[in-house]
Amino acid sequence: MAERCAVIGAGQTKHAAKREDVSIAGLVREAAERALEDAAMDWGDIDAVVIGKAPDMFEGVMMPELYLAPALGAVGKPMVRVHTAGSVGGSTAIVAAHLVTSGVHRRVLTVAFEKQSDSDAMWALSVPQPFSAPLLAGAGGYFAPIIRAYMRRSGAPDHIGIVVAVKDRKQALKNPYAHLHIEDISFEMVRDSIMLWDPIRYLETCPSSDGAAAMVLADEDCAAASPRRPAWVHGMAMRSEPTMFAGRDQVNPQAGRDCAADVYAQAGITDPRSQIDVAEVYVPFSWYEPMWLENLGFAPDGEGWKLTDSGATALDGGDIPWNCSGGVLSSNPIGASGMLRFLEVALQVRGQAGAHQVDGVRRALGHAYGGGSQFFSMWVLGTEKP
Amino acid sequence: MTDATSTGQEPVAIMESPIHVDYRFTAGLAQSRFLKGLSQGRFLGQRCPRCHKVYVPPRGSCPTDGVPTTDEVELSNQGTVTTYCVVNVPFQGQSIEIPYICAQILLDGANLAFMGLIQEIAADQVRMGMRVEAVWVPPEELGPTMASVRHFRPTGEPDADYESFKEYL
Ligand SMILES: [Zn+2]
Repeated sequence: MAERCAVIGAGQTKHAAKREDVSIAGLVREAAERALEDAAMDWGDIDAVVIGKAPDMFEGVMMPELYLAPALGAVGKPMVRVHTAGSVGGSTAIVAAHLVTSGVHRRVLTVAFEKQSDSDAMWALSVPQPFSAPLLAGAGGYFAPIIRAYMRRSGAPDHIGIVVAVKDRKQALKNPYAHLHIEDISFEMVRDSIMLWDPIRYLETCPSSDGAAAMVLADEDCAAASPRRPAWVHGMAMRSEPTMFAGRDQVNPQAGRDCAADVYAQAGITDPRSQIDVAEVYVPFSWYEPMWLENLGFAPDGEGWKLTDSGATALDGGDIPWNCSGGVLSSNPIGASGMLRFLEVALQVRGQAGAHQVDGVRRALGHAYGGGSQFFSMWVLGTEKP
Repeated sequence: MTDATSTGQEPVAIMESPIHVDYRFTAGLAQSRFLKGLSQGRFLGQRCPRCHKVYVPPRGSCPTDGVPTTDEVELSNQGTVTTYCVVNVPFQGQSIEIPYICAQILLDGANLAFMGLIQEIAADQVRMGMRVEAVWVPPEELGPTMASVRHFRPTGEPDADYESFKEYL
């Protein structure tokens, strides 16, 4: 990286099933205003805006960035839309950061959103295709067979998914912005919830949320002038792979491994479990925690579930807490979900995470994936200037 | 400014605005052959000349090697369930009664599984490795569409060994 880049402002909406009090424009503006306020900046201080969301088909609004430009103060400025399905929130932040590291801009506003109450994502992901039977039934129908394959391959016991679902919902109780606040969440409640896509239970899936996330990214001089502690970008990477090719490892995709290896090399990380203090990882179905623990090198192949089972990934007492904010399992405004992972680690590094803050965070990993595990985006942030 | 509540009316928070989309899809050479095969009750795939993997449906090129897949291969009517899920969630436009089995089916001779519906067996009896065969619609209903395959059903053969299909997961 040529220029250094840091997160100097972060803002998010209260995530909810239906935000009928705001339009899409109101939703993104709410997050953006909070990010600007956190950065002690005004709209006029921003050089460019980079926005992302999941497929347009969800809300049925084609190219929403066109009409959102005024709401985001982008009139007369460069504005870029990023699109990499569910990983888009992460890749949007990375594209914004590239504008800073390349020296093109000094202060970039990046925003991501989804208004699922305006949309029917289930329908949009289940549209009949010419070459496959109309069976998919949303993202769960796609990922459930892969989870079953993981369970068979690793020999993981059935309760692991329940452990993750309970842990993330308990952690969400400490995050006022989280959509789901299930006060009495318990192992039994998750276990007894309906099997939507066997082996995925209802409470092992993410909710449908309205929400937005925004960050202000800045170069070294602007970060120095910023009133709050910056979170420095130590590494960022994106990878993709085709959804279907012979020999593809769907459980442990190569693109995810490659993306992690790249971002770790940039950040000087050789042992993620000991060198990363906290991680926000895109876990839309509970079983993806043990799967990504392996994909991201926190555990050897086939042993991610043991880490989860031991409590190592819990905010309360774990050595490598994952998804202290409650994660995607507790808030899923799809396009924003990846950016929320990137943003939450910025909060952790800056000491701003409130009740779900981990003590003494020096380095943190934000992660997102999307499509049929085709797109990966990750960044590592740290307290020290890289 | 007059706000909606001052006039005694509720604000309009949300409105329904249905959209309808019809697609025209250009199948291309490889997929055109596959579709013609379906209208004859046959699965036609293609083999990569470089890695020798067989793709069905064929895509016309190998995703790994980036070369045209020119050799046509007729696949078996039988295959193995590599993995599956039981769909128990309703959605708009759903055409099959829930719960149903959505399986990844690896046809004998193919190197990539595709998604298929399993019927003629109770949902809790389906297994990874189960041997299945395609059930086609009657000859007069066959057409250039995946709907020519009504569903897959168990053949009754012993299950395939996990080792034989684990690389396709
Ligand atoms: Zn090939």
